[in-house]
Amino acid sequence: MKTRKEQAEEYWKANLSLLFKLLSVWFVVSFGAGILFVDILNEFSFFGFKLGFWFAQQGAIYTFVILIFIYVHRMNAMDKKFDVEED
Amino acid sequence: MDVQQLTFLIVGLSFALYIGIAIWARAGSTNEFYVAGGGVPPILNGMATAADWMSAASFISMAGLISFMGYDGAVYLMGWTGGYVLLALCLAPYLRKFGKFTVPDFIGDRYYSQTARSVAVICAIFICFTYVAGQMRGVGVVFSRFLEVDIVSGVLIGMAIVFFYTVLGGMKGITYTQVAQYCVMIFAYLVPAIFISLMLTGHVLPQTGFGATLADGSNIYLLHKLDQISLELGFAEYTSGSKSTIDVFFITFALMVGTAGLPHVIVRFFTVPKVRDARKSAGWALLFIAVLYTTAPSLAAFARTNMIDTINGPDMQGTTYEQAPAWIKNWEKTGLIEWDDKNQDGKMFYAGDERNEMNIDRDIMVLANPEIANLPGWVIALVAAGGVAAALSTSAGLLLVISTSVSHDLLKRNLMPSISERGELGYARLAAAIAILIAGWFGINPPAFVAQVVAFAFGLAASSFFPAIIMGIFSKRMNSIGAVSGMVTGIVFTASYIVFFKFISPELNNQESWWFGISPEGIGTLGMLINFSIAFTVAHFTPAAPAEVQQMVERIRYPKSEITA
Repeated sequence: MKTRKEQAEEYWKANLSLLFKLLSVWFVVSFGAGILFVDILNEFSFFGFKLGFWFAQQGAIYTFVILIFIYVHRMNAMDKKFDVEED
Repeated sequence: MDVQQLTFLIVGLSFALYIGIAIWARAGSTNEFYVAGGGVPPILNGMATAADWMSAASFISMAGLISFMGYDGAVYLMGWTGGYVLLALCLAPYLRKFGKFTVPDFIGDRYYSQTARSVAVICAIFICFTYVAGQMRGVGVVFSRFLEVDIVSGVLIGMAIVFFYTVLGGMKGITYTQVAQYCVMIFAYLVPAIFISLMLTGHVLPQTGFGATLADGSNIYLLHKLDQISLELGFAEYTSGSKSTIDVFFITFALMVGTAGLPHVIVRFFTVPKVRDARKSAGWALLFIAVLYTTAPSLAAFARTNMIDTINGPDMQGTTYEQAPAWIKNWEKTGLIEWDDKNQDGKMFYAGDERNEMNIDRDIMVLANPEIANLPGWVIALVAAGGVAAALSTSAGLLLVISTSVSHDLLKRNLMPSISERGELGYARLAAAIAILIAGWFGINPPAFVAQVVAFAFGLAASSFFPAIIMGIFSKRMNSIGAVSGMVTGIVFTASYIVFFKFISPELNNQESWWFGISPEGIGTLGMLINFSIAFTVAHFTPAAPAEVQQMVERIRYPKSEITA
C-alpha cells in the first residue's frame, strides 16, 4: 500500500509526463510543420494545399483543439486513478 | 426595408437582448461581480471566453490582414490559438484550484510580496487600457460605416451599452451577454463565408473550399491560381510570404505566450465551479475560437481572388471604371478604396509594383464581403451586428479586469484591507464606470499609436505574467526576489526594445537593425526567456520560498481539496 504522499508524487510525475508529450505535439505541428520545416513540407500537396501552408493556416489549429480534449480526458482519468478527484 | 433600416433593426434587437440579459444577471456580491459566483457551466464559459478573446480586430481586420500577408498571416492564426493549449495545460486548472479572483491576487500571494502584487496590477491595467482603446474605436467605426452616424455618437452608444451591463452585472452580466454575443458574431461571420465558398468553389465548408478547385470550370486549384496571379502582379507568392523564418517563429511564440498571459482571458477560468471544468472550458473556448480562426484564412483567400478578379478583370487587363460594381463606388465614398488612374486609360488595375493604381484598406475584406458576393441586405446588417458584438464583448471583459484591479487588488488587498464587502462592490462599480469613460475618450480621440501599442500588450504579457505564473506553479522553490527581478528585467527589456523601434527611431525599424532579425512584435519571446533565466539565477543564490508558500503550491497541484504530499 502506497502512502498518500507517494501517490500524490506519482500523480504529479504522470501529469508532467503527459504535459511533455502533448506539448511536444503542440510544438511539432505549429513551430515544426508550420514554420521551421514549412518549405520542405510545401513540396508535398495535401488536397489542393501545399502541406506546410495547410499546417500553418489550418492543421495546427485543429491539432490544438484535439490536444486539449485529449488532455481533459486523460487528466480526468488520472484524477480518479490517483484518487485526487475533487469532492 | 432598405439595408440601413434592416441594420438598425438587427443591431437594435441585439442590444435589447444584451440589456435583457444584464437585468436578469445582476450581481449582488463581490464574488458574483468578480467571478460570476464561480458557477458558470464549462461550455458557456468556453463561449464567453471565445467572445472575450475575439475582438473587433479578429472580426473585422484579421481576414483582410491575412489576405494581404498570405502565408505570413499564420503568425496570427497559430499565435492567437496556440496559447490556449498552454492555458489549458499549464495555467487554467491550477489557477482555478488557487481559487481567488485575479491574476495579481495569485502573483501577490504566491510571491508573498506587495511589490510583486503592485507590479502585476500596473501591468494588468496597462495591458487592458491598451487593448480597450481599439475596441471602442471599433464600435464607432462599425456604426459610422453601416448606420451613417458619426464616430462620436457610435462610441457613445457603445459606451452606454457596455456601461449598463458591466456596472450592473459585473462578471455575471458580462458572461451571459458574451455567450449571446458569441452566437451573433459567429453567425455573422459564417453566413457570408459559406455563401462565398459556395460561389467560388461549390464547397459548403470554407475550410475545404480553401483547398478546392474553382467552380468556374477551369479545374484549377484556388490556391494555385492565387499563387500564379500574385506572382504575375508583382506580389510575393501567396502561400510563401515574405517574413524571415526566425521572425515568424518569434512573433508566433510571443503571441502564444502573450495570449496565455492576458489577464482578461485568465480570469475567465476563475468563473467555473471545479478544476476539471477549467480544463474542459479551455477546450470548448478553443473549439469556438477555431470555428472563426479556420474560416478566416479561407475567407482571406476567397476575398483576394474575388477582389483581383473584379478589379483587374478576367483577362487581367483592368476593368473600366464605369463598369465597376456598385460596392467599389460605395466604399470609395468611405475612403477605404482609392483609385488613381496613373496611366490615364480609364481602367482600374491592382498590382504589387509600379503598375498599381488602387489603394485598398484591409478592413474591406470582411466589411464589404456581403456586397462583393451580392448577398441580401439582412446579411450586411448581420455583419454590422457581429462587428459590434465582437467589440463590445472584448471591451466588457477588459473593463472588468481594470475595475477588479482597482477595487480588489489595489484597495482591498493593499490600501484599505478593512473595507466592507458592500464598500468594495461600490468601488468596483465606480472603477468600472471611470474606466468606461477613459476608454470612450480614447475611442473618440484615438492616440495615433494604438496600432503600435498592441505589440506592447502581448510583449508585456509574454515577458511578465506568463513566466511568473508558470514558475509559481511548476517550481516550488521559486522565491519572491527571483520572480520580481525576472518580471522587472523582462518588462524593461521588452518595453525598451519596442519603444526604441516604434517611437524613438522608427526609421531604424527594419530587419537589418533588429537583433537577430526579431521584430518588435516578436521580442516578447526573448523578454520571456530573459525573465526565466534571471529568475532562476537569482533564486538559485537566494533562500527558497518559505514553507507555507511551498505548501500552497503543493495544494494547487491537486484537484482534491485536502491533499498535501
